[in-house]
Amino acid sequence: MSQYMDIFLDESKEHLTILNENLLELEKNSGNTSSLNEIFRAAHTLKGMASTMGFEDVADLTHHMENVLSALKEGILDVDSQVVDVLFQCFDRMQCMIDKLESMGNSNLDNTDLINMLEDIQSGNYHRQSTDYGAAVEDKYEQVEEKQLMGFDFNSFDVAVIKEAISAGNNIYYARISVDQDCMMKAVRAFMVFKNIEEDGEIIKSNPHVQDLDEGKFDSEFELLFISNLAFDEIDKRINNISEITVSMTKFDESMLNLPEQDNKSKKIEKNPEVNAEAEADIRQTPKGRKTVRVDIDRLDMLMNLVGELVMHKGCLEQIGATNKIPQLNETIEQMDRISADLQSVVMIVRMVPIEQVFNRFPRMVRDLAKELNKEIDFIMEGKETELDRTVIDEIGDPLVHLLRNALDHGIELPEERIAAGKPGQGTLILSAKHEGNNVYIDVQDDGQGIDSDLVLAKAIEKGIVSQSEAQQLTDSEIHRFIFTPGFSTSQQVTDISGRGVGLDVVKTKIESINGEISIETKPGQGTKFRIKLPLTLAIIQALMVSVKDEIYAIPLSSVNETSLINQSDIKVIQNQEVIILRGDVLPLFRLKDILSVPGEDIPGSQLYVVVVRKGEHQIGLVVDTLIGQQEIVIKSLGRTLSNIPGIAGAIVAGDGNVRLIIDIATLF
Amino acid sequence: MKKMESRQEGAVTQDSTETQVVVFRLGKEEYAMDILHVQEIIRLLNITRIPRVEKYIEGVINLRGNIVPLLNLHTKFSLQTSGSEEERRIIVCQFDEVKAGIIVDEVLEVIRLNSRDIETVDNVYTSVNAEQIRGVAKVSGRLLILPDMKKILVGETSEQGE
Repeated sequence: MSQYMDIFLDESKEHLTILNENLLELEKNSGNTSSLNEIFRAAHTLKGMASTMGFEDVADLTHHMENVLSALKEGILDVDSQVVDVLFQCFDRMQCMIDKLESMGNSNLDNTDLINMLEDIQSGNYHRQSTDYGAAVEDKYEQVEEKQLMGFDFNSFDVAVIKEAISAGNNIYYARISVDQDCMMKAVRAFMVFKNIEEDGEIIKSNPHVQDLDEGKFDSEFELLFISNLAFDEIDKRINNISEITVSMTKFDESMLNLPEQDNKSKKIEKNPEVNAEAEADIRQTPKGRKTVRVDIDRLDMLMNLVGELVMHKGCLEQIGATNKIPQLNETIEQMDRISADLQSVVMIVRMVPIEQVFNRFPRMVRDLAKELNKEIDFIMEGKETELDRTVIDEIGDPLVHLLRNALDHGIELPEERIAAGKPGQGTLILSAKHEGNNVYIDVQDDGQGIDSDLVLAKAIEKGIVSQSEAQQLTDSEIHRFIFTPGFSTSQQVTDISGRGVGLDVVKTKIESINGEISIETKPGQGTKFRIKLPLTLAIIQALMVSVKDEIYAIPLSSVNETSLINQSDIKVIQNQEVIILRGDVLPLFRLKDILSVPGEDIPGSQLYVVVVRKGEHQIGLVVDTLIGQQEIVIKSLGRTLSNIPGIAGAIVAGDGNVRLIIDIATLF
Repeated sequence: MKKMESRQEGAVTQDSTETQVVVFRLGKEEYAMDILHVQEIIRLLNITRIPRVEKYIEGVINLRGNIVPLLNLHTKFSLQTSGSEEERRIIVCQFDEVKAGIIVDEVLEVIRLNSRDIETVDNVYTSVNAEQIRGVAKVSGRLLILPDMKKILVGETSEQGE
């Protein structure tokens, strides 16, 4: 049971995402049948899964939702904001139930409020739907059947077969068969039904497809359309004799065949090439989905570790090859080098997940927030398919939530203000991700009021971050960076959403903790753009290897600005602090051998190598003895005993088998 | 299973159970450690110094791709190294999740200790290091010090944090 539980939780979360996404789409464009179909499909699967697992409350709520959805699909109800709101509430409740299932193993929530609402909508009471009132309150059972019938996609061949059969005087029956939930071998039951019908008839259509039925790939229900020369009662009795199933059968006639063609919006698909293409894309996606495998993340980490070790030992071999100068060995090593590089990139790719995973929850959040704030927002997401390492993905969600909330609350103005400022009433919020070199850039851009430099500066002076005199020399971009200071908020009032001043500094810290950077571009009255730069992965990085006396250290290249060779005489001293002037900038100079108290004799020389590193906004010169070179390194942890040493980010095993330490610039000084 | 458990605890319980211990030399003193916690004994490897940590952490070594911290019990117990470089070894031991190596001057032998032969530390002496010692075993006229490896290895984390 527990292994199914995991699958159930995973899949139901996926389905909920699909539901949310498509409902948003549907809200924007109420004629979007493919979204509606998608919602319907996801809800149906969810219901099936929940009842298989015995979570009746989830199944029950989904069932009621399905009724409303089918009414929407048939055009009995219209998609309006009330219906959408109630459906969103249902999705939230379902999320809540699934969360509860995950944490406690059961979900006993009382959903009668929502179910009543759904029933009201369905019966047309909730908001008065004067037309077709009668049609909406048709017997529920029949409605379900009808909706299911439309699940069949009749092509011209089917139609011809059905018409021919009818004209030949044969009976066509529609049967909806549900297999008992505790039935162990659904496929066998389906097979028995087929066998019984085919004794005296022919099955025209089945939903799901026969192959899927054979493999047991269906929820508890399936539908059949078949021709038979037996009378209704006889065939009904025969199928009902099969144990563990329940059957509901109706006689099918030509009028039922025509009905969907006229009324059902899904039929429009064939006439609309654009929508058709979308539907085709859906179909193409389905088989692709079957080829994927769910893998436990730990196993991927293990694989990554092994590859890391392989890369390291390859380094050892390379050194042996270099010292011994055996041509054959070197050739083999070269081959191995290529293979291990490929292997490494494949493993990296396997660990990459599309940023979609994080982005998916945002449309819903933005919509809810915008409603709450009475703002009109056009939320655009770009580059959802951009891939990032899993470790980075896990960390990036919260900072983005912060930035989006910020943009909604502080950035984009109320519609009236916007119109007064000569801008369209609807604000635009763009979240985009793109891949460039070894980095991924994520932008959060709004067309709101921008950041008021004067206001920020006034606040900074008030908080004592800068003095009045210093303030006059600051550039705009320097001023804007103040908003990343802890406790800084320019919002006039504290709201639920933001303004407590605990936002942006947390964002900055979080992003820096995953070796990322954040920057702002803003124009008053035109909007603000936050740009986050992230490394593709955290496990393998480029580093500059340097030596200090007899020790060798790795400095992550992401924090190195440049290297420079200076003369001893270039060093000046300001208040006991050594500094150098590099292209007009004054940089404080630190000697790595002192910071890390490296033992041993000083290496004499009149010239010094300086690695210019970045610590936040500042540049610092780090004096080392020699620069060894740039190298790709696999980061290893020093283990629990030695965790949290200031200035040390971890270790690597170098090509010669020695352990080298990685310097963490952020905590070194 | 039960037998195994009592073996692990053997050195401290009052039952006359036997424990196998690895006997090693630090300076002129002889120490012993329960063999169940010893993962392996290796020759000295290249040691990488770790800056900004307590003195008794000698550094880290690369044990077949794994990075293992190395402790110097000489520093910890204020002992002098003695004997030839050739005899020095690293004993890699593991307690729960924590793995670490200790440098010893010489590994002498593996013997069986009877729990009756172990005296608790209170009866022997009280010194600065008493809390790092589980007891002393008397084996045919020799005195073997039983360091509390678990405390030394695992306890470090809290010490280091200060």
